[in-house]
Amino acid sequence: MRDVAVVAFSQSPSVRRETDCNEVEILIPVIHELRTNAGITNEDVDFVCSGSSDYLAGQSFAFVSGLDAVGAWPPVCESHVEMDGAWALYEAWVKIQMGYAELALVYGFGKPSMGDLPLTMALQLDPYSVMPLWPDAVSIAALQARLLLDDGVVSERDMAEVAVRDRANAKQNPYAQVKGDFSVDQILADPYLVSPLRKHDCSPISDGASAILLAAGDRAKDLCKRPAWIRGIEHICEPQDLGVRDLKRSRSTEIAAEKAGVRAGKIDVAELSAPFTHQEILVERALGLGSETSINPSGGALAGNPIMAVSADRAVAHATSGPCLQQNLICVLEG
Amino acid sequence: MSEEVSEPIEVLRLPVELEYQYTAGKSASRFLRGLQQGKLLGQRCPVDGRVYFPTRGCCPQHGVPMAEEGSIELPDVGTLVTYSIVRVPSANIPLELPYVTIQVLLDGADTVMMHVLGECELEDVHMGMRLEAKWKPEEEWETSVGNILYFVPLDEPDAPYESYKEHI
Ligand SMILES: [Zn+2]
Repeated sequence: MRDVAVVAFSQSPSVRRETDCNEVEILIPVIHELRTNAGITNEDVDFVCSGSSDYLAGQSFAFVSGLDAVGAWPPVCESHVEMDGAWALYEAWVKIQMGYAELALVYGFGKPSMGDLPLTMALQLDPYSVMPLWPDAVSIAALQARLLLDDGVVSERDMAEVAVRDRANAKQNPYAQVKGDFSVDQILADPYLVSPLRKHDCSPISDGASAILLAAGDRAKDLCKRPAWIRGIEHICEPQDLGVRDLKRSRSTEIAAEKAGVRAGKIDVAELSAPFTHQEILVERALGLGSETSINPSGGALAGNPIMAVSADRAVAHATSGPCLQQNLICVLEG
Repeated sequence: MSEEVSEPIEVLRLPVELEYQYTAGKSASRFLRGLQQGKLLGQRCPVDGRVYFPTRGCCPQHGVPMAEEGSIELPDVGTLVTYSIVRVPSANIPLELPYVTIQVLLDGADTVMMHVLGECELEDVHMGMRLEAKWKPEEEWETSVGNILYFVPLDEPDAPYESYKEHI
């Protein structure tokens, strides 16, 4: 295994609706800032990988225009995943492991405010028997939450506590979208959005972009005083059919955490990117995190796009994809 | 007792319809608003000075943001770089057949624009022709490239091949 580290990071604020800029214009300053801060030029980068969704953009091959922000002449070695940027990071990590790259630029961007996000998400369900019913993403998550509540796996109060914690943490994050001090009793008095989920149980819809620079070995040490070394990275996918999965736990997170070596030492910080409060609880339990870990100091997905963990000795970052935590990625970082 | 056998389902029709509210973006909006005033706006790359037409937020070669101050107005005259005579109808193009699609390099620009040629016999179309835009009446201008009806030949000597060969 080669030593690979995150050496630079930049992001746009998470906003509910970006009215002036198109998707690429959200990304342009983010990549520019990343390269400027890291003191590198395009010629230094030997692999570029992006994560975005044509379904969110509403046009095919939308990610190609994102390359404008990178600058693609002379031709660059480039790839794209139709997923969250975390999976683009995984691909870049593999590329570096294989010896095909030393320095990789990874970015993710999306402007879901252009369409109807909960409905667009229905397209990732089984296309023959489930998707034609057009169950929106919030309703699907609500069914899972109902199962957890009925079986006593979580309570509505547990869920509200997660929201209160994340929103309070997000006050420290200038890029977060939903933040502030709330009390559990106060938000539990709110009406249901889609029973048993209230508004605070759901992550906001965010337009935004973020970018990361990954470097191998000595290259990382040259570029950054304190690189965040990737000590383990793994992603596991569960079956698409909701009926064949155990929705009361996140098996894929458990397996990914095991393979990535989460339990090999104390975790100072964990950034969990779960779009619903009950799912964040499942991820937290699957990772086996205890009181020694600070969870979501950025506010996590429930406050907007999460930032990668910073200023910790040992941190774990999580990303999810698909309905009801279908696929999960775990990354263990050491400073 | 006989079991009822139904026809197997072989085809399932599942229409998908999603609505999007698209934003042209800051740079494209600047270009379109310029068109509404009869202006053709390009943008200069701060690294090598190349002029992109239309305006865009970023130089796609160097990946550097192009600020609004880099916008420059281009003349509505240019050189025919290449062309194609179209004799096959398309559903969304209402032009009368045959017509000539062209790529025009506006004077001062480093990228070509696509349009159609008018007021020219087919046998007279050739690379290097000097052209000028034929605009709709001003009261009909909107935020659209359609404000230019077509390009027409200028009574000028052809541009030398060297001046546009990079853009073919
Ligand atoms: Zn340039």
